[in-house]
Amino acid sequence: MATHADREALKGVKEEYEYGFHDEIEPVFKTERGLSHDVIDKISDQKNEPQWMREFRHQALDIFFSKPLPTWGADLSGINFDEIVYYVRPTEKQGRSWDEVPESIKRTFDRLGIPEAERKFLAGVGAQYDSEVIYHSLREEWERQGVIFLDMDSGLREHEDIVREYFATVIPAADNKFAALNSAVWSGGSFVYVPKGVHVDIPLQAYFRINAENMGQFERTLIIVEEGASVHYVEGCTAPIYSSNSLHSAVVEIIVKKNARCRYTTIQNWSTDVYNLVTKRAVAYEGATMEWIDGNLGSKVTMKYPAVYMMGPKAHGEILSIAFAGRGQHQDAGGKVIHAAPYTSSKIVSKSISKDGGRASYRGLLRVAKGAHHSKSNVVCDALLLDEYSRSDTYPYIEIEEEQVSVGHEASVSKIGEEQLFYLMSRGIGEDEAAAMIVGGFIEPLVKELPMEYAVEMNRLIQLQMEGTIG
Amino acid sequence: MSVLEIRNLHAAVEDREILKGVNLTLRTGEIHALMGPNGSGKSTLAYVIAGHPHYEVTEGDILLDGESILDLEPDERCKKGIFLAFQYPVAVPGVSVANFLRTAVSNVRGYTSRPVDAEGRSGVIGSNLMPMREFRKELNEKMKEFNVDPSFARRYLNDGFSGGEKKRTEVLQMAMLQPKFAILDESDSGLDIDALRVVADGINKLATPDRGFLLITHYQRILNYVKPHYVSIFYDGRIVMTGGPEVAHMLEEKGYSWVEREFGEAVTA
Repeated sequence: MATHADREALKGVKEEYEYGFHDEIEPVFKTERGLSHDVIDKISDQKNEPQWMREFRHQALDIFFSKPLPTWGADLSGINFDEIVYYVRPTEKQGRSWDEVPESIKRTFDRLGIPEAERKFLAGVGAQYDSEVIYHSLREEWERQGVIFLDMDSGLREHEDIVREYFATVIPAADNKFAALNSAVWSGGSFVYVPKGVHVDIPLQAYFRINAENMGQFERTLIIVEEGASVHYVEGCTAPIYSSNSLHSAVVEIIVKKNARCRYTTIQNWSTDVYNLVTKRAVAYEGATMEWIDGNLGSKVTMKYPAVYMMGPKAHGEILSIAFAGRGQHQDAGGKVIHAAPYTSSKIVSKSISKDGGRASYRGLLRVAKGAHHSKSNVVCDALLLDEYSRSDTYPYIEIEEEQVSVGHEASVSKIGEEQLFYLMSRGIGEDEAAAMIVGGFIEPLVKELPMEYAVEMNRLIQLQMEGTIG
Repeated sequence: MSVLEIRNLHAAVEDREILKGVNLTLRTGEIHALMGPNGSGKSTLAYVIAGHPHYEVTEGDILLDGESILDLEPDERCKKGIFLAFQYPVAVPGVSVANFLRTAVSNVRGYTSRPVDAEGRSGVIGSNLMPMREFRKELNEKMKEFNVDPSFARRYLNDGFSGGEKKRTEVLQMAMLQPKFAILDESDSGLDIDALRVVADGINKLATPDRGFLLITHYQRILNYVKPHYVSIFYDGRIVMTGGPEVAHMLEEKGYSWVEREFGEAVTA
């Protein structure tokens, strides 16, 4: 396994990581610290937005001010809203050169096998991930099919009518304090529209469009899948995201129409000083299928509960989530399924790993509304604790208002078994690698659902997280 | 030739002494059967040789070619050529047999300790394993040779395996790891006659002059298929008698109650 020198280097990486590795960019425009209606006007002016969006932002800001911080879930008292810069328009050229990137960061990229082109972007050398060649040919294919895949700002400019029809219909600004915040200051994110009957075979990867705008703290994503169409959207990456901002608060809204399918995969690995507070929700109409696959590795605090509202008969919702909580981290994650129509079905599978005193909580809601008879739901949450200092909690909320339903809930907490470790070690595998293997096996049922390259990176990442932690 | 030497070995679990002075010398090319009643400490001996952290060695030593292995971690002992076939192989859900074996073989054969470039970097995680194609080829051959269905490569390690499947997989692991000394802890227990034949056949294929076996068993029946050079009787934490194959036949005739009568008093005295 890792040599001593390796471990030293990785320790270096972890330290860098804790401070958040970022560079001083020269923005052409940024707002002052803190939030005000003046700041909102400045953002709207910069983006040259339609009046309705400007008004939407202002209203959302008032809602944000009026709502208290949630008193449940993770501790959010460390966020200082007045210290945050809510909008920075990045320049295309950034100051740092590859030579200036610390050796330890380069090593992490080496260990994770991050492709050359992506490294520069992730290390803050390039403002744009240089994938134009691949992206071009795909874009031509999408355009031929009528598929729209743009960043949200461009989406609003080029397809205002569609955006206006759906924007904030799934998650209104008043949904929660952080949805309100995002609604007020959103920037970047993706806009995806898949026309009726079109099947997008290759996953749409946010990576193809990645630029500093996308990677912002308040991105807003809207996906519309028309009748009988299907799409798989993938965002994030396993490489650590070095952010200069301590708050990430995104909103993702998805509309899956009759007999359509959507799968949304996220792997996030924020640096460990970030509050990651995200609202994700999808509505699935008759016979539609919505699947969320959600992996949360980094951040200081995550609060994220992807939701599926099953609005039409035979709609199906699935939420698979993985959370990894290390030292000083609290992952409060889970899912919500709302059965609002008969013959709907859902499945939630949540797997969490806690180590070095980290805390992983599963928080889930299963609701079967009156009239949603013959609905079926199954919830499984498994927690793996790697030491006795770490913590795992389960908060399952179940509200059933209908008689003829079938609901299952299973929860388990386990520890890495001494016998499993000894067995693997007796086959020549070192302790850290053996522990990583057991953890990898624990999350394998979800990892195998990821696109191949993500699955490979995910396994490497787990191994990297496990190096030097046991013994 | 290599020698595994167990000298006056005492081991305890939570202050309870289980091994009470074991002496045994095993050379490559030898098959040494260790027979004894349940609870006599046979499995403890196997675990202690492999380095299970649960047991504390209180006295004595285990030497491999003259060097003590007591301070070595279980993985280091394995790399030195010691293999334990478990009585109850542990399930590791989500880890495929192929992935597990590739990692194990890569560690044992030194792939993982080599830097990938001249600057001594360890490179991408997983890149320093035995090349996939080479590994697959070898695994396929070994699976065929040791009567393990190819579908096992994709199955999760021991997860949902029947008793016989687990023990066959242990033999497959031994075939892949090529140890100098194999300790087989009741590899015959719980097997029907067909499964027993397959396991015994595997052991015989691996019983080459460069390998030594310590065959721990409760019953004589596996010795109908695997012919030992030596048979020792293990009782109350130590070896009480060593001889040739005739010892096994005698045990079969007289039963373990004879052992108790013969050696019980001496031990407690």
